[in-house]
Amino acid sequence: MKKKITAREKSEFFWGWIFILPTMLGLIVLNIYPMIDTIKQSFCKMGDFGRGSQFVGLDNYKKVLGDSEVWQALWNTIKYAIIEVPFSVVIALLLAVLLNKKIKGRSMFRTIFFLPMVVAPAAIAMVWKWLYNSNFGLINNIFHIKVNWLSNPNLAIYSLAIIGIWSVLGYNMVLFLAGLQEVPKDYYEAAALDGANGFNQLIHITVPLISPTIFFVLVTRIIGAMQVFDLIYMMIDLNNPAWKKTESLVFLFYKYSFEQNKKGYGATVVVVLLVVIMILTVIQLIGQKKWVHYE
Amino acid sequence: MKKTISNFIMYIILILVSITMLVPFVWMFLTAFKTVSETMQIDPFVIIPKVWQVQNFENVIKAMDFVRLYANTLGMVGLRILFAVVTASLSGYAFARLNFKGKNVMFALVLFQMMIPVQLFIIPQYVMVSNLHLTNSIMGLVFPGIVSAFGTFLLRQAFLQLPRDLEEAARLDGCNIPQTFMYIMAPLTRSAMVALGIFTAVFAYKDLMWPMIVAPDNRATTLASALAKMNGQYQQKYPELMMAALISCVPMIILYIIFQKQFIEGIATSGGKL
Repeated sequence: MKKKITAREKSEFFWGWIFILPTMLGLIVLNIYPMIDTIKQSFCKMGDFGRGSQFVGLDNYKKVLGDSEVWQALWNTIKYAIIEVPFSVVIALLLAVLLNKKIKGRSMFRTIFFLPMVVAPAAIAMVWKWLYNSNFGLINNIFHIKVNWLSNPNLAIYSLAIIGIWSVLGYNMVLFLAGLQEVPKDYYEAAALDGANGFNQLIHITVPLISPTIFFVLVTRIIGAMQVFDLIYMMIDLNNPAWKKTESLVFLFYKYSFEQNKKGYGATVVVVLLVVIMILTVIQLIGQKKWVHYE
Repeated sequence: MKKTISNFIMYIILILVSITMLVPFVWMFLTAFKTVSETMQIDPFVIIPKVWQVQNFENVIKAMDFVRLYANTLGMVGLRILFAVVTASLSGYAFARLNFKGKNVMFALVLFQMMIPVQLFIIPQYVMVSNLHLTNSIMGLVFPGIVSAFGTFLLRQAFLQLPRDLEEAARLDGCNIPQTFMYIMAPLTRSAMVALGIFTAVFAYKDLMWPMIVAPDNRATTLASALAKMNGQYQQKYPELMMAALISCVPMIILYIIFQKQFIEGIATSGGKL
């Protein structure tokens, strides 16, 4: 039996497509086509003297796998993420728990912690570079220390990660506060009657109950941290001895694609980044079954 | 008694963290009004400038043409908000409330875009902008933000939460689909539109790589990318650098303090894309 198409169904089909058309056209032209093109370019090399790009097969990938600069950049990026993500998540969670109570100045604290989120990373990087200055910087002079925060190759990436933590703390905290709103208050009352202290309540009640939020923040923060660029670009200049130990993958992508005009090789680096991010995300999706509780 | 102590410790922690969050901004402000020699002095270490160097402001404004940079940034932000809100409301409504063939595949495409790192789009986007001769123009800056997959997702959620009866009533009164959208449904998602607007503004204003690539010219670029340039040129002249940083972030901070609730909720509900 053939279903008769009503006037309403026809109209929904027509207007549905009209309504999504601008967005879908935009996404195809601005995102889907570019993504395919980037992947295609990663198999190509720019011809000499302005000639078009040539297909070179897996050459770029072979070169990437043998390129110690790429491996170093990957390692730098991972080091940055390993510091930034766990610290910013744990500290933000503790702060969210403190601010989840009805205390005086709650919204003022929230406003202050969130502040770095509305400031351009370029400006943040400039002021931190000045704070970290080894001779005249505030940090060394206030604490009477002599640390080369940004020019010690073994330290610089962690100094950058500290800024990353500082920048994103308030944002993570606000997401956790939203998650905490959903936790019923009587859980805590019952736990207090059973004699659980604050720390036990945090581990056994709060964390499991907001584990979906923690999971979401972790996944998105790792993706964000793996794309670190602005801070490094602004703070580490070419004659900094820590240069090689701070370059991130996105930084390399920028350098190859737009400073050295090796777009094929730049595209390969960014495809590698995509693969790394996908692997990390899949690992988390599998791992979540062990600790994330959905109601 | 025990409660007072734990409250006390809690406030100490909160105040210490607040100081850590604020010190960089205070230091930016104080340095912006110092002389270069005051910043190069450690014995005694200068915290507050002896004479507030107001002319630093004039010098920096003249050197970098900040009026122009503000106009460019505002133009880019304004147009991106306009495009994103209009296209995302339309598509968000269609995905939430209309049934049509191909809808699920198209929505999967929207979700897919949200999962891909932006760097994967940049090289071809740049090539398109330069083929269209839009480098160093406002439209070139706006280009990747003409539509918003994320905004579509956000507005779809907002439309899904509205009661069905409203639409039925409008339909019985003889409203067709565009009328129902325009007069009944779209006005009810105003807070989601504001959230998308704030998110778009903050994201565009903070972005560094795209304006550096597509608008390298000093007169055509945005605040963030101009700061990057100054950073390279001024090297040790920290008062001027801090003044430039201050000029570029104070208006955003003032807006944030006035509309903090909308800002925090706007960015938090938009989750994870910053």
